[in-house]
Amino acid sequence: MKILVAVKRVIDYNVQIRVKEDNTGVVTDNVKMSTNPPDDNAIEEAVKIKESGKAKEVVAVTIGEDKAQETVRKALAVGADRGIHVKVEGIIEPLAVSKILLKIVEKEKPDLVFMGKQAIDDDCNQTGQMLAALLNWPQATFASKIEVKEKSLEVTREVDEGLETIETNIPSIVTCDLRLNEPRYASLPNIMKAKKKPLEQINASDLGVDTKPRIEQIKVEEPPKRKAGIKVASVEELVQKLKNEAKVI
Amino acid sequence: MSVLLIAEHNNKEVKPFTLNAITAASQIDQDLHVLVIGHLCESVAKSISEVPNVKKIILVDDAIYENYLAENFTPAVIKNSDNYSHIVCSANTFGKNLMPRIAALLDTSQVSDIIQVISTDTFLRPIYAGNAFATVKSTDTKKCITIRPTSFDPAATSGGSAEIVKVEKGETSDLTKFIKREEVKSDRPELGTARVVISGGRGMGSGDNFKLITAIADKLNAAIGASRAAVDAGYITNDHQVGQTGKVVVPDLYIAVGISGAIQHLAGMKESKIIVAINKDGEAPIFSVADYGLEADLFEALPQFLEELNKLNTIQK
Repeated sequence: MKILVAVKRVIDYNVQIRVKEDNTGVVTDNVKMSTNPPDDNAIEEAVKIKESGKAKEVVAVTIGEDKAQETVRKALAVGADRGIHVKVEGIIEPLAVSKILLKIVEKEKPDLVFMGKQAIDDDCNQTGQMLAALLNWPQATFASKIEVKEKSLEVTREVDEGLETIETNIPSIVTCDLRLNEPRYASLPNIMKAKKKPLEQINASDLGVDTKPRIEQIKVEEPPKRKAGIKVASVEELVQKLKNEAKVI
Repeated sequence: MSVLLIAEHNNKEVKPFTLNAITAASQIDQDLHVLVIGHLCESVAKSISEVPNVKKIILVDDAIYENYLAENFTPAVIKNSDNYSHIVCSANTFGKNLMPRIAALLDTSQVSDIIQVISTDTFLRPIYAGNAFATVKSTDTKKCITIRPTSFDPAATSGGSAEIVKVEKGETSDLTKFIKREEVKSDRPELGTARVVISGGRGMGSGDNFKLITAIADKLNAAIGASRAAVDAGYITNDHQVGQTGKVVVPDLYIAVGISGAIQHLAGMKESKIIVAINKDGEAPIFSVADYGLEADLFEALPQFLEELNKLNTIQK
């Protein structure tokens, strides 16, 4: 079995986001970048399945500018076997990403495709479901547990009401929740070894996919600020304020 | 131009957030039709037909839709989508799972999680966990949009009488099989719509200590929330999680207890009307969004809080 894992390079989750003064986007220069957190869970799960003997190969793919290769190198350092970087400049929407991934799936013929359920930059939560639609594959979204069976997956999904379990035929798409597993750290020797693992580069333009954005970003602004609150000295004061000032209890 | 809204329901009742989505959808265009897909769900269609903003109900009723699988819902939506300029749904786990599958087959770039309708093609949506707001314009002829329900008021539920049109089911998919659903039943108000929410974080120290929160929630008729850290630690189940990847809540009163206030948590609660933070670390980021901050040990503060509430003659429910 072969597992393809899609990873995205995003602003690190700990960075305080700043909006550009000209309202064209957010500041990314000299800002720490990392792998999108649930994509780390996707890689971890694929590597664990390989370690259990149920998969033979884990391939990590990313789409973006040259620096996006860092995320593939990180995936290789924690156990992926080889990487693919699809090079493209500028904003690329989930629909275009899923069309590029479709081409990669046609070429690589994986049995499973994993990725994070949502990227923490655009917060779209679309790519996995879109790829599943284009391939006419089943989709197991927001997965917090995956069991690999002979011809199917049993996946526990986190939904608003609690948990849901479904069985999907293989091949299948899985989008991963943060609670799926605990991603491992890359050790220094493995980071060094990862530099020798194969990383293929493909130009998006060679795949014949139209990546032109369909959504115009008109402006990006700071959200309205909350006015500063106060500190209260005691529980008694707090309850009085809630009762008589805020009038919410 | 007409809007098609996909209703979320449990085959018996319409889910409350569908009413918020109806408000948003009718701001896009007044000619609003609602698609009810389910099994033995005529009562759902009936109740939505009484919503004044709704002009028509399309009902697709078949056993294959009993468990809302996107693989089966998608062909039914596509089959009924021809006459519509916009297809919309609420941005909760139901809509997040379903809409992109539809959008991809319609070759549309979806606009996710809108918080404001600016015009028929332009919308406001949060990005970066709500740390920036983007105004975006969709150039696709057929638009697929998901709506953040808490940003819109629920539509009125009586006075309307839309016609209900039954249509044939769509193609059946055998790609996915539903196995089970583990719903956490509770008599409390739903987290997403509660007037008061009290949430615990890693500072609670254990699942057992959440009883301190439960006691206050009982008193205030509040829903119980949690930070991701508390859910990850196993103190409480995932359906309580508030934040970027959990639920977004906007209650009148949000009480954060033992929650430091990571960006990802703030994304789910910072639009609340009044925010209270109880934390022993005076430097915790949660205090930067709190209207009332109490720097205290929660294990002392929560019992005192309950005691003070007990002293009040009346408490709003």
